[in-house]
Amino acid sequence: MRSRTGPVGRAGQYLALLGYLVFLAFPFLWLVSTAFKPARELGSLHPTWLPRHPTLDNFRQAFDEQPLLRAGLNSLLAAVSAALIAVLVATPLAYAIARRKGRLATAATGWVVVSQAFPFVLVVIPLFLVLKDLHLIDSLAGLVLVYVVWALPFALWMLIGYVRAVPRELEEAAAVDGAGRLRTLVSVTAPLLAPGLVATWLFAFITAWNEFFFALVLLKTPQKQTLPVVLTHFLGAEGAADLGPLAAAAFLATLPSLAVFAVIQRRITGGMLAGAVKS
Amino acid sequence: MGGRRSAPAPRPAAAVAVWALLLALLSGCSGGGSAADGIVTLRFQSLAWQKESVAATKELVKEWNRTHPAVRVQYVQGSWDTVHDQLLTAFEGGEAPDVIHDATDDLADFAHGGDLADLRALLPAALKADIPARSWRTATFGAGVYGVPFLQEPRVLIANSRLLKASGVRIPTPERPWSWPEFREVTKKLTAKGRYGIGWPLREPVSLTLNLGLSAGGELFHRGADGTVRLAFDAGDAVVPETVHDQVNADRSAARTTLGMGGSDTLPGFFGGRYAMVPLGFSYRQQIVQQAPKGFEWTVLPAPAGSAGLDQGVSPQTLSIARDSAHKREAAEFIAFLLRPPNMVRLAEGDWMLPTGTGALKDPALRTARYGWATGAALARELRPAPAQSVRGYPEWKDKVATPAYQEYYSGAIGLDELRHRLVGEGNRVLVRYQR
Repeated sequence: MRSRTGPVGRAGQYLALLGYLVFLAFPFLWLVSTAFKPARELGSLHPTWLPRHPTLDNFRQAFDEQPLLRAGLNSLLAAVSAALIAVLVATPLAYAIARRKGRLATAATGWVVVSQAFPFVLVVIPLFLVLKDLHLIDSLAGLVLVYVVWALPFALWMLIGYVRAVPRELEEAAAVDGAGRLRTLVSVTAPLLAPGLVATWLFAFITAWNEFFFALVLLKTPQKQTLPVVLTHFLGAEGAADLGPLAAAAFLATLPSLAVFAVIQRRITGGMLAGAVKS
Repeated sequence: MGGRRSAPAPRPAAAVAVWALLLALLSGCSGGGSAADGIVTLRFQSLAWQKESVAATKELVKEWNRTHPAVRVQYVQGSWDTVHDQLLTAFEGGEAPDVIHDATDDLADFAHGGDLADLRALLPAALKADIPARSWRTATFGAGVYGVPFLQEPRVLIANSRLLKASGVRIPTPERPWSWPEFREVTKKLTAKGRYGIGWPLREPVSLTLNLGLSAGGELFHRGADGTVRLAFDAGDAVVPETVHDQVNADRSAARTTLGMGGSDTLPGFFGGRYAMVPLGFSYRQQIVQQAPKGFEWTVLPAPAGSAGLDQGVSPQTLSIARDSAHKREAAEFIAFLLRPPNMVRLAEGDWMLPTGTGALKDPALRTARYGWATGAALARELRPAPAQSVRGYPEWKDKVATPAYQEYYSGAIGLDELRHRLVGEGNRVLVRYQR
């Protein structure tokens, strides 16, 4: 079908898109700019986009004052592990719910939606007590367990959609060709589901990477704290902040998410498009 | 679609196993101490956050550990922004740090809830005697004392020295401060095209208004003989709000735009000459030293005085001990070490604040004219407990009633009668619920 949009309309669309991108990118670009500004430029009445005297002092100070590397490694371990486990657990559940129709599947789907409505503060004290009984307070394993439980409903919700996008007919055709259930799942369904698994893993990873509150209350030992918790150490009372080092540390904290996203974004796009066109 | 794929290779499984091993190893790295070797380990959660104060605190912890091999202190970094929620959870779960750094206005709930140890029998006499009674009152809830107040900061006027001199106004001192009416006249004189005499950062208007209001005898909260607290808005309570209101709405000597700002937000305008003065906490001097343009001249002035002189409300920083701590005596000894006068000076310098201890306050380093230390030290004797910090229901009153009421009044949306009606009428209904 030919597009009815003329050149002027198309230019307008691009302009609108550009404006939207600038809007989205503004906080990040400002963060980067702030991270490289010396203290005196941070207090300027006429702030500039580009630092007039760019400096790495904020980064030096951030590393001098807080154990960013250690905290980053803790965050990475917790986020990668939680995302991996969430996907491993959610995949068979999602397959079962997507392929079976009945009250149980409907109820399970409903529960997934309802479970997203619980606020953190409601569950944190009971959760704290349960983890204490399990001797999992102040351990990354306990934190991973919490992240898995927290990410699981939405991961399940995402994967159900991806499984439903895989045509059932393909599995039936494999069965007709003589493939068993396991062989069909491994050789036919899993490859088609791979982009969805990657997208779900990424969602769970970013959720855990950015999570703050559970890490704050569950981890006591300084050496185990995660990056979002350590970032708050640059904040003082009544909103005061050590702005330069905070911006530098926050900029560094966004890099792993961006790197992971950059590496696997093609697979995500593939996953989003999978099943979109009916052949 | 690509061709058929083979069954998953074992590589992912191996990667998962390696990752799980790494996680298990890291999880097992416990930082906690053991009582098996007879060494007591205390966890000290500090809220020091500025570079110098973190360094000073860590250095003192090191000194303690060097000189007290039987009682090790583990430094744990906390955050002002999250300390209340974190402590709440930790107390509920029985996992609170042994030594807790907080502020007196955050202690009331924990003290009333039985989470903190009463320190009266634990602290040495020298420390008790070194801190004035008015400071101890800030951490006294009911009959017990639940924190050692050790650092405090008055609100001061930070002024652009050149503008101040050029205007020809009298420069106030702690001995001869401006009165509130004089202050209003001064801000008019300092106002010029493109410049306001003052920029009030009033995003959080309640504590600033109440704390400065003590200077005019305003108390707002009145405790009866039976211990219940009622709100009453007297003439003294109106002095500070009326001054600010009139500066913004009648004189145009205060910038309207700063009413929604926090303290740090006003600094660029202050450095740029848009406001001749900004009322800020004493510790903001550190940000000014760091961020002010080269050659910028500034000075520290006392806040205006009223019928009660320079009285001002404060909520000092405190050190407390968790009631569930198994080593309260050792924790109290550590607090006493941390707050020896020379150590208190180091902590005060690091945080750019004033110590509560009379011994520390005498230190020459805190009485130098440089960066306004002498002005602050002279104000220390005028600092009183913030009027509302021990009142149950105050947080709700502040958030639901007082903050919007003051904000509307300062912006000119409502008048003084309406402000009085809302603070007192609606406020008492809130307090009654907490005092049944």
